[in-house]
Amino acid sequence: MLPLVLDQVSFTVNGKTIIDRISIEIGTGPRTVILGPNGAGKSVLMRLCHGLLRPTSGSIVWRGENGGRRRQAMVFQRPVMLRRSARANVVYGMKLAGVPPRERELRASDVLDAVGLADVAERPARVLSGGEQQRLALARAWALGPEVLFLDEPTANLDPAATRDVETLVGQIRASGTKIVMTTHNLGQAKRLGDEILFLTQGRLVERTPVERFFTKPASVEADAFIRGELPWS
Amino acid sequence: MIEIGQAFGAAATLIAARDPELVGIVLLSLRVSLTAVVFASILGLPLGAAIAVGRFPGRRALIVVLNSLMGLPPVVVGLLVYLLLSRAGPLGQFGMLFTPAAMVVAQTILILPIVAALSRQAIEDAWQEYREQLRSLGAGPLTAAATLLWDTRFSLVTIVLAGFGRAAAEVGAVIIVGGNIDGVTRVMTTAIALETSKGDLPLAMGLGILLLSLVLALNAAAYWVKEAAQRRYG
Ligand SMILES: Nc1ncnc2c1ncn2[C@@H]1O[C@H](COP(=O)(O)OP(=O)(O)OP(=O)(O)O)[C@@H](O)[C@H]1O
Ligand SMILES: [Mg+2]
Repeated sequence: MLPLVLDQVSFTVNGKTIIDRISIEIGTGPRTVILGPNGAGKSVLMRLCHGLLRPTSGSIVWRGENGGRRRQAMVFQRPVMLRRSARANVVYGMKLAGVPPRERELRASDVLDAVGLADVAERPARVLSGGEQQRLALARAWALGPEVLFLDEPTANLDPAATRDVETLVGQIRASGTKIVMTTHNLGQAKRLGDEILFLTQGRLVERTPVERFFTKPASVEADAFIRGELPWS
Repeated sequence: MIEIGQAFGAAATLIAARDPELVGIVLLSLRVSLTAVVFASILGLPLGAAIAVGRFPGRRALIVVLNSLMGLPPVVVGLLVYLLLSRAGPLGQFGMLFTPAAMVVAQTILILPIVAALSRQAIEDAWQEYREQLRSLGAGPLTAAATLLWDTRFSLVTIVLAGFGRAAAEVGAVIIVGGNIDGVTRVMTTAIALETSKGDLPLAMGLGILLLSLVLALNAAAYWVKEAAQRRYG
């Protein structure tokens, strides 16, 4: 269903422009990382792409075959776990996606294994640690076999070890053939996981640059200032 | 005037002896109020979920009306049901007036708004948290409502028990539509009212003590269920 094509997409709430005329084509190949300061509109842009928000103007179209919205998944900045076991959370997602019952159980075991949660699969999801919940959210999304996976700051509140776990997982999901689109405030992570950078400020897409070039010779002064400002903490 | 202490003593004796009259009254109370709470839950919980998740014209007004109906005076409900069920009324042909069935109808109407309004509130709070996640996983309104009913189950237990407490403790509705007929429609509250006016304070006190204990036990149970569930499921 890729490429995803945005044409002059704007999103306005109460007269405030949050996304400002963004046109872009997101294709199968590279891993896309969206960078930008707090409030730039990264999360809103992802919600628009995922279909949770409707653009105020402009259009968002899946150009590929089976142009629908099903085969994509999103992991939120703060994933919500249902009040049931970790396994049941994974199964729930597949049930809504129409996966047949027998296959749900098999796939749930597979992905829980792959994310290292097989031991806690029967525990209530909401009492798992933050890192475990994040991996569970990835498992729930991965089990859907999405063509595109949107990740909104997947390691925002995790310690370095848990962050590494999640990064490894994102690598595996990508290796299984899923296109990754993500945001992060961790520039080291952007370099490790990204192939191309979309840089956003104040709702505008300022530049789209391959990752190496972005960190050595960004095209815009905004990106340059952003990198200088953020690097000490990365 | 009989002393309170004396009345307490006599009440204790009656309870200890499992006075058959007392037992009959208590059992009928439980039967009527439990049946009413079952009906009110079957109707009220899905109604609460539908209003929480649904978007339709008049929704706000409906919520305000429902909240106000929580304070419905039992005598008014009794009067309305009396008019419905009396020989000349629209449902007069069924001869339900002055039967336990009429009392069930009245109490169901009395507590339906309580169950619906409180569950609407609890489910809507959860919906705020779950909305994006559920929509992202592809849940339509029906699936979302069902999921939320299950995920708020521990709060809903407390709400249902509150409805039961209200039903068991009210006197105005059941005395009008039941008629307080000895051995047929006499429940704890109507018996208390009658025995007090007759001056048989020990029986009235005995029933009063039982009623209080029942309400206390229910609230303890509700509290315990919620605490235990919170600890276990997060
Ligand atoms: N549903 C909404 N209604 C109104 N304003 C919103 C809504 N969602 C986001 N905003 C506003 O849009 C702007 C961009 O928000 P967004 O969450 O996309 O930023 P972000 O780039 O993800 O920031 P962060 O790095 O802090 O996550 C903010 O000013 C925010 O207050
Ligand atoms: Mg964000």
